Amino acid sequence: MDALITAENISVIRQGKHILKDVAVTVGTRDFITIIGPNGAGKSMLLKCLMEFYQPEGGHISRKKNLKIGYVPQRLMPDLTMPITVRRFLHLRKKSDSTSLQKTAQETGIENILNKQLSVLSGGELQRVLLARSLLDNPELLILDEPAQNLDLSGQISFYKLLEKIYHERQISILMVSHDLHMVMASTKQVICLFHHICCSGEPHAVTQDPEFISLFGHDMANMMAIYQHSHNHKHNGEDNV
Amino acid sequence: MFDPFILRAIAAGVGVAILGGVIGCFVVWRRMAYFGDSLAHSALLGIALGLAAGISTNLGTVIVCSSFAFLLLWLQQKKVLATDTLLGILAHAALSIGMVTISLLDQRIDLHSYLFGDILTVTPSELWWIYIGGAAVLVTLLLNWSSLLLMTIHEDLAKAENVPVFFTHLLLMLLMTVVVAVSIRTVGILLITSMLIIPAATARQLVRSPESMAVTSSLLGVLAVLGGIFGSIKLDTPSGPSIVVAAATLFVGLFLLSSMISKNHK
Repeated sequence: MDALITAENISVIRQGKHILKDVAVTVGTRDFITIIGPNGAGKSMLLKCLMEFYQPEGGHISRKKNLKIGYVPQRLMPDLTMPITVRRFLHLRKKSDSTSLQKTAQETGIENILNKQLSVLSGGELQRVLLARSLLDNPELLILDEPAQNLDLSGQISFYKLLEKIYHERQISILMVSHDLHMVMASTKQVICLFHHICCSGEPHAVTQDPEFISLFGHDMANMMAIYQHSHNHKHNGEDNV
Repeated sequence: MFDPFILRAIAAGVGVAILGGVIGCFVVWRRMAYFGDSLAHSALLGIALGLAAGISTNLGTVIVCSSFAFLLLWLQQKKVLATDTLLGILAHAALSIGMVTISLLDQRIDLHSYLFGDILTVTPSELWWIYIGGAAVLVTLLLNWSSLLLMTIHEDLAKAENVPVFFTHLLLMLLMTVVVAVSIRTVGILLITSMLIIPAATARQLVRSPESMAVTSSLLGVLAVLGGIFGSIKLDTPSGPSIVVAAATLFVGLFLLSSMISKNHK
């Protein structure tokens, strides 16, 4: 059994309402799990439970011993008043030597902004800095909470491309909450569709045709996903033929 | 060269300025200005209780202000009302209860000196409070420095890296109560927040790292204190407001200077 995190029957109740009800998630090695769901579906709460920020009212969570998790939050404070350089921020509370810092900076494409102030970065730069910071300890699992939510379209595309590259190169597991399923369709192994409980889960292709998925997101979304799926398959077949 | 009371005033002012400069950075970074103001208001209740119980007013202030912080945290957890509303209620209730208590006490006290400070009458025992309390605050800050910085930049990120966020936040609040308690004699209840905010905000324009902001802010605070003390002696003005005027002058001067410099660079 090589699961990194196993969560069973997770229930979170706030003010008499179930935020999460009997949710089970297993994160294995080399997994790429994308959690989707409408706003207020309990996605962030599920991450909080898995990272032990929040003790769920019911259920059981077990983690692999000494599991190293890297965490990429949604975004920083909108206007940071603290003067601090990117380099200092990366070093803050992290014991990383300058070679591994340099390596991670190169990997995430931030080596040119290391001496910039954190407060002047663009949204895309900031997310890459947060990603770099989460990678410094060489985690086995990356947990991301809507990491590209505040980026424009081209920013989203390049962020997810970078994430997929890291997933393949570092051979790590990824657990991500994201609305942008279509952008990570190629790498995602499992989609969990969450609306307080798990509506459906499985491979992206199967999930987007699940009646539960369609009832939650509508036919338009399902059709759109099918298009992405389609174009991806073609590309993949083409590569296979070579 | 100087009268002993002036030396004591300088010693007290410099101590408070160093302390206020460092803690003031967190007030600016974490947007705790209103919290600082409310703490200071509730300090009057502490002074009243200290006088009534016959203990040190500093001790009374620390007790009341830290109860205030605990009460606030507890009410915040309950999510009854927005934080600024809670602060408004607690601060002014405490201030008014303090005023009423003082009026019921059969003691003549100089309310004015508590509200606006009277640094020229600082006693040696008050100096001990500033330097021992201040050293404790600075050491605690240094020991928790990087946790505090990370928590200020992003709370969830700090949680993910095992910073005990709740306790660190509580710690910062308690440190602020000590700073408020020992600063009352210098600038008074109504002006304490300005000594936390103005030097830090002035320093913000000049620096590139959190540490240099803390040091610069302390130095600017010391300058403001010296300017205020000598100004108030020369012009026979109240010392507390004179110190704040000096701090504000520094802020405006450096602001104009730095905007001129950045214009020239363009």
